[in-house]
Amino acid sequence: MTDIAFISAGVIGFAILMYVVLDGFDLGVGILFPFAPDEASRNTMINSVAPVWDGNETWLVLGGGGLLVFFPMAYSIALPAFYIPVMAMLFALIFRGVTFEFRHQAHTSTQLWNRSFFWGSVVAAFAQGVLLGALVQGVHVDGVRYAGGMFDWLTPFSVLTGLGVVAGYGLLGATWLIYKTEGKTQAWARNAAVVLGGGTLVAMAAVSVMTPMLRPMIAERWFGGLNILYLAPVPFITGAVFIALFWSIFSKRELLPFLCAIGLFMLGFFGIAVSLYPNIIPPSLTIWDAVAPRSSVMFALVGVAVVLPMVLIYTVYAYSVFHGKASAEGGYAHHEHE
Amino acid sequence: MPPMDAEILARLQFAFTVAFHILFPTLTIGLAAILVFFEAKHLRSGEEVWLRLYKFWVKIFALSFGMGVVSGIVLSYQFGTNWSEWSRITGPVLGPLIGFEVLTAFFLEAGFLGIMLFGWDKVGPRLHFLATCLVAIGTVISAFWILAANSWMQTPQGASFIDGHFVVDDWLAVIFNPSFPWRFLHMTNASFLTAATVVAGVSAYHLLARNNPEIAKRSFSVAMWAVLVLAPLQILIGDFHGLNTLKHQPAKIAAMEGNWVTRSHAPFHLFAIPDQNAQTNHLSIEIPYAASLILTHDPAGVVPGLDEVPLEDQPPVGIVFWAFRVMIVLGFLFFALGLWGAWARWRGRLAEDRHLARFAVAMIPAGFVATVSGWIVTEVGRQPWTVYGVLRTADSVSPTVTASSVATTLVLFLIVYGGLFGAYLYYLLKIIRQGPGALTVRETEKRPEAIRGARPGLIVPSE
Repeated sequence: MTDIAFISAGVIGFAILMYVVLDGFDLGVGILFPFAPDEASRNTMINSVAPVWDGNETWLVLGGGGLLVFFPMAYSIALPAFYIPVMAMLFALIFRGVTFEFRHQAHTSTQLWNRSFFWGSVVAAFAQGVLLGALVQGVHVDGVRYAGGMFDWLTPFSVLTGLGVVAGYGLLGATWLIYKTEGKTQAWARNAAVVLGGGTLVAMAAVSVMTPMLRPMIAERWFGGLNILYLAPVPFITGAVFIALFWSIFSKRELLPFLCAIGLFMLGFFGIAVSLYPNIIPPSLTIWDAVAPRSSVMFALVGVAVVLPMVLIYTVYAYSVFHGKASAEGGYAHHEHE
Repeated sequence: MPPMDAEILARLQFAFTVAFHILFPTLTIGLAAILVFFEAKHLRSGEEVWLRLYKFWVKIFALSFGMGVVSGIVLSYQFGTNWSEWSRITGPVLGPLIGFEVLTAFFLEAGFLGIMLFGWDKVGPRLHFLATCLVAIGTVISAFWILAANSWMQTPQGASFIDGHFVVDDWLAVIFNPSFPWRFLHMTNASFLTAATVVAGVSAYHLLARNNPEIAKRSFSVAMWAVLVLAPLQILIGDFHGLNTLKHQPAKIAAMEGNWVTRSHAPFHLFAIPDQNAQTNHLSIEIPYAASLILTHDPAGVVPGLDEVPLEDQPPVGIVFWAFRVMIVLGFLFFALGLWGAWARWRGRLAEDRHLARFAVAMIPAGFVATVSGWIVTEVGRQPWTVYGVLRTADSVSPTVTASSVATTLVLFLIVYGGLFGAYLYYLLKIIRQGPGALTVRETEKRPEAIRGARPGLIVPSE
């Protein structure tokens, strides 16, 4: 019998990874927004993500919805446990999202929406990082319900992962801008990518050191038996990707820095998956404990198998329509004064 | 009054966030279809007027769609934050339905919305039209899944309650549950009618303001045809939906009618102040036999009363009773608007009748008010249940989330959504005042009457 829980976890993992990479770069653009050289750069930046941000954010709904689909028990434990960071993320995403529509209609209040875009992006990224840290450090579960308080999620570790995700998304955003812009904006984005690459390096290193100290089980997973041999390449590959990142930025490559940043996120994601598996809510709730009834999982998996490939195909197509450099005049400006 | 507990606060919060959200899909589902129409007309005829209309209305569409997206994401997580018990118990049924909505609708809309808004010089006209069509289809698919999910909670079937949660036995029975077809038709038609009324009202405003009237009269004509057809259709669908509710949720019907005692020859209350404690109405003004006639198509027909429902299983009658009346009155006002339009058209004065234009402007909010009223009827009317007859609302809330947390986020939602709605209306009115702009020279040479007041090639602000 196939392990439907494992496949389900794979689907959710894929949705979350897609979300983190795709919305990561457009949230990163928001994080960098106030530091851009000028208003024309900001127009270019927002135009570079305007046609795709909505699709990017849809992966978040698939991730959250997917948890409800495949692991309703985990969904019903995690969301009350993380009530405050989840609500903070939602409010932040509201402010970030409406900026796309409001800012280009605005004349006198552009600064207001610039701020809304920045704070929305920063808070959303930080809250997502906190959620990640809070999940990794573990959740107090009793039976089928959350049994902790409203602030259990708040620890130095979750604050660290929050800051790490802000830096990481910023790096994704900066490398995306190296790829999508030119001239002054691109030169500035290179500098930003170096700074944020450094920040991401520090954060990843700190999280990697702290994570095995959270629970003996995680240390055992990484260092126990032969695992240490199998997993030893992970930090070395990560280091190599960091070197490639900085080298590609300094040698003025345009696409490679973005790909390296994505690679770093995939490696970080892999590291977290290794630390958590087979828990969906650590330390005790496994994917087999929480998986939905077979009739629900099978129905949803058929949908995923049929529809998700189509989604990926037209997502690639939608991106390809907007290939090439973004400009300050394109996008909304164009759509406004056709 | 008892102190506000986490349950009532969670209900208030969800009622507020979901009512706020539904305003935007109500407009965009219908408006997407209208945009398909405008672009199809442009592709077929090559007339610039349809392109102008498309480019004007797509701005309103984009603004509203964005509001729908951000307020919709909130809901998908609020199920878990505030209603964790509900999530665990009903997740096996409702999770996949919502999952299918994401996969088949949200991605489709999001993927092609970018091309629709920004793809004009990136793809050809046919491909652009295809993008518009796919977005419009996506909005209807989205309505399909979410209304299947909602309807299942109203009229559950196809699943068993095992080990503290639902297990689905038959997905087709779950999706095509008894109230789904009528609710789906009623809501999508409400959306088409709302969008048509908004297009009619905004066009009427442009006619009254003489802001490029040669464009406005075309959209006014299209929209008034739509209202003429959709308004009576909505009354018809609503009637069938009501009969369906009578069969499956008689307590809701009893509350809508303010009918406390099961009886034949039941009157329709034009006005009443329902008193739940005394289980009676005050100051009632009635049309004899009308409720029996509407619900059973027989003046002697038996209409269920709330006396058959234990007090603890009764919905709050006053809210349901009055929300229902608001919806009905507006439904007939749409019908009147359609008829008046047809009469003016028959007399050849559709674009000239300024009283009609003012009526159309006044009706702009009506679709939203009617839709929210309808949702209040159906959602308050199914209380005290989240899954009708099986799972109580009180057993659906998150047990560990404190009342103060829910109260805090409720206040934040009120402030944030209030501010956003203000900004939305501000920018919406700004777009509307700008109008679709004037036709360019090439077009006005073909149609010389269109040149009045036009500055070629520029977007002309309203005079």
